[in-house]
Amino acid sequence: MKRLFAALVMALSATASQAEEVTTYTLDNGMEVVVIEDNRAPVVVHMLWYKVGSADEPVGASGVAHFLEHLLFKATDVLESGEFSATVAANGGRDNAFTSYDYTAYFQRVAADRLELMMQMESNRMNNLRITAEDVETERQVVLEERNQRTENNPNALAREQFRAALFQNHRYGVPIIGWRHEMEELDLQDALGFYDLYYSPNNAILVVAGDVEPQEVLALAKQYYGVIPAEEQLPVRERPQEPPQRAERRITYVDARVSQPYLVRMYLAPERDPGAQREAAALVYLAELLGGSPFTSALGQALQFDTQTAIYTNASYNGQALDDGVFSFSIAPADGVSLSEAEAAMDEVVNAFLEAEIDPARMESIRTQLRASEIYALDDVQGLAQRYGAALSQSLTVADVQAWPDILQSVTAEDIKAVAAKVLNRDQSVTGWVVANQEEAR
Amino acid sequence: MLRILFAFCLTIVATTAQAELDIKQVTSPGGINAWVVEEPAIPFVALEIRIQGGGTLDLPGKRGATNLMAALLEEGSGDMTAQEFQTTLEDLAASFTFRAFDDSMQISARFLTENKEEVIALLRQALVAPRFDQDALDRVRAQVISGINSDAKSPNAIASSTFYAKAFGEHPYGSSIDGTIDSVTALTRDDMFEAHRNALVLDRLYVSVVGDTTAETVGAMLDDLLGDLPTEGPPLPDDVAFGLDGGITVVDFETPQSVAFFGQEGLERDDEDFFAAFVLNHILGAGGFESRLMTEVREKRGLTYGIGTSLVPKYHAEMILGSVASSNETIAEAIAVTRSEWERMARDGVTAQELEVAKTYLTGEYPLRFDGNADIASIMAGMQMIGLTPDYVVDRNSFVEAVTLEDVNRVAAELLQPDGLHFVVVGQPEGLESTQ
Repeated sequence: MKRLFAALVMALSATASQAEEVTTYTLDNGMEVVVIEDNRAPVVVHMLWYKVGSADEPVGASGVAHFLEHLLFKATDVLESGEFSATVAANGGRDNAFTSYDYTAYFQRVAADRLELMMQMESNRMNNLRITAEDVETERQVVLEERNQRTENNPNALAREQFRAALFQNHRYGVPIIGWRHEMEELDLQDALGFYDLYYSPNNAILVVAGDVEPQEVLALAKQYYGVIPAEEQLPVRERPQEPPQRAERRITYVDARVSQPYLVRMYLAPERDPGAQREAAALVYLAELLGGSPFTSALGQALQFDTQTAIYTNASYNGQALDDGVFSFSIAPADGVSLSEAEAAMDEVVNAFLEAEIDPARMESIRTQLRASEIYALDDVQGLAQRYGAALSQSLTVADVQAWPDILQSVTAEDIKAVAAKVLNRDQSVTGWVVANQEEAR
Repeated sequence: MLRILFAFCLTIVATTAQAELDIKQVTSPGGINAWVVEEPAIPFVALEIRIQGGGTLDLPGKRGATNLMAALLEEGSGDMTAQEFQTTLEDLAASFTFRAFDDSMQISARFLTENKEEVIALLRQALVAPRFDQDALDRVRAQVISGINSDAKSPNAIASSTFYAKAFGEHPYGSSIDGTIDSVTALTRDDMFEAHRNALVLDRLYVSVVGDTTAETVGAMLDDLLGDLPTEGPPLPDDVAFGLDGGITVVDFETPQSVAFFGQEGLERDDEDFFAAFVLNHILGAGGFESRLMTEVREKRGLTYGIGTSLVPKYHAEMILGSVASSNETIAEAIAVTRSEWERMARDGVTAQELEVAKTYLTGEYPLRFDGNADIASIMAGMQMIGLTPDYVVDRNSFVEAVTLEDVNRVAAELLQPDGLHFVVVGQPEGLESTQ
């Protein structure tokens, strides 16, 4: 769907040593530029990332970052409402945008010789939006229908919203990207413009251009179109409320008649990838794989889906792509006749046994190989590479961090994994959620 | 010996982008045809196989057998259990996909060049010597049944399954490829072997290979991989008429937003008016923000997050399908606007400017699709399955360009049936009732 809204835009990207060809610059006004060359096809992806997302929103205006993203497709001083996308389409391209907790990004995919036109239009809407009260009324209905489609009509999404709200006691990561409905209903022109005027500026943006381009030409165009936009002097330092020490586990049962398969989720606060400090995050990638990556070979899959028929689905995942905190989580769907409490006890037993046993070196080697290979496969997807850099840079990582990540992943040891597991798998920093159709299933 | 029948360097010339795609057509010593694109830049290969038949081959009373069989191909073969098979696959850092669709099976593989021999041997084992162990069957069956239960509570799944049941009745198109709880519960190992024997056959199989390989080596690889499959399978079912009249069917379901799945009879992929209909559909409902339905239902009225339509020429029936979701209070208006746009399009057609803009987009966008080895492999397998030749890649844009305003507007009047459009609405829509 157009204007997708991405909670997890990038799954854990993996590794590579052969690496893409990347060139970087910083314009005089503070805008960062990243160029990734890939000459296999005469296509370019032009992405503009703003270092602002839903977690930067003012209190009471949840959803404004995503709402503004929609409004950026309306009129500017030189473009009519809808003309941006129509022009991209008339040039045989596709455009879209997405919002997450830490960033808002706009992109077009076009023939490489149309790059200048994209820059011209994208730079124009950085400062010259002319939205009207009528635009706001109609588009607010659209985002409310988007919330209906993604969340209100989906018991799993509603449950997840409850769990995240409980996991984050102080951080805005606990507020949904699309916004709480009652606050979305009140969003107005001033909310949108206030956010726009403050955050949409070159010193808060990253340009990523990937594809069949020559870096020096991209730089010249970037200077011409983006370099002339003055930096925002009032841009605030990006400091958001942080989590206090968490001292007690939280448990939630979400009941919704539309649930067909009861399941449970356990989420833990976890370290994220930080500049110059990505080792714990890398170890957590392995921990998730070892505990609940493949159902055939992971600890949870083997124990609960093969050795016993306790579960029909098991998973462990880790998202460390965040400016502030990451999340490590388990999900288990019990087999027919197995209660949630039995499934949860079985899950904890597997995790505890894992913590006490030696890590199988063969499994370590297999994961290492897969991570190395995924880096080769990633080279086939130039837009994916562009996203990798855009997301990382908008979450405070550097190009050097992005390029070091594959080697850091390769260097993870069993000791690293044990140490990070002991630290992260702490119930005091967790939410356990049960999702059921009725109270009788909550046992 | 390998015969390279012909190879040509195809230059797709669009408004702006020119993509070069050197498709080599090869036939293996054993007689298996394939399209190959050599792309040595990245050391991996994407292999795509499609086999016509798919879920339409389910035997009477065995609905869901082909789907379950496909899901079990990764669950043990040769002398390997499911876990042994997957451990080997993971150690090779390769990935396989086995899926059944209504009209076909899809088998995809992605592997590093350095592991080619081992991966092909492993894939061969999965395709020609699956075990269908009882424990694997029971485990995957439980997953499929969980999915069937979920669909029974998903507004989108309820809407589409109601629509297809009404349109196609007892024909396989009239029911989910997953089967029912009863039919899936009753499936046995023997059913799996029979479904496998019927669905994986050489004379309905299409192959493409893209990546770090050479056309010279593909033939021998394919003979190793597929040569032991049976040549022929059972006949495909007959074509079926689209049996749904215009109207509205409301399915009561307690949820805040109603989901509408709608459609009417369509036209065949090889119909001489197909490209006119393709351009027409783009302007009506497939063109993102620029489509008339998106403009009227979303941009002007804020009634939905998205509305879209598509031409769906299946193997045995043809449809134009669409979907839209809107709050229970506003879905009636969204449907009224959709129907009135259908009428306006049938009556007045499109403007010369709309046609020009649509052609520019469609011809410009086409070459952008050929990016990435797996994408190219998938497109090429799909092309073969509908009987196209490699030069279609070059000619396709000229087919779009050749569509005239008269064509589009004649086809709009002939094809679009505002009164034949049927909406299945799942939710608690205000001001809407079933018409029959």
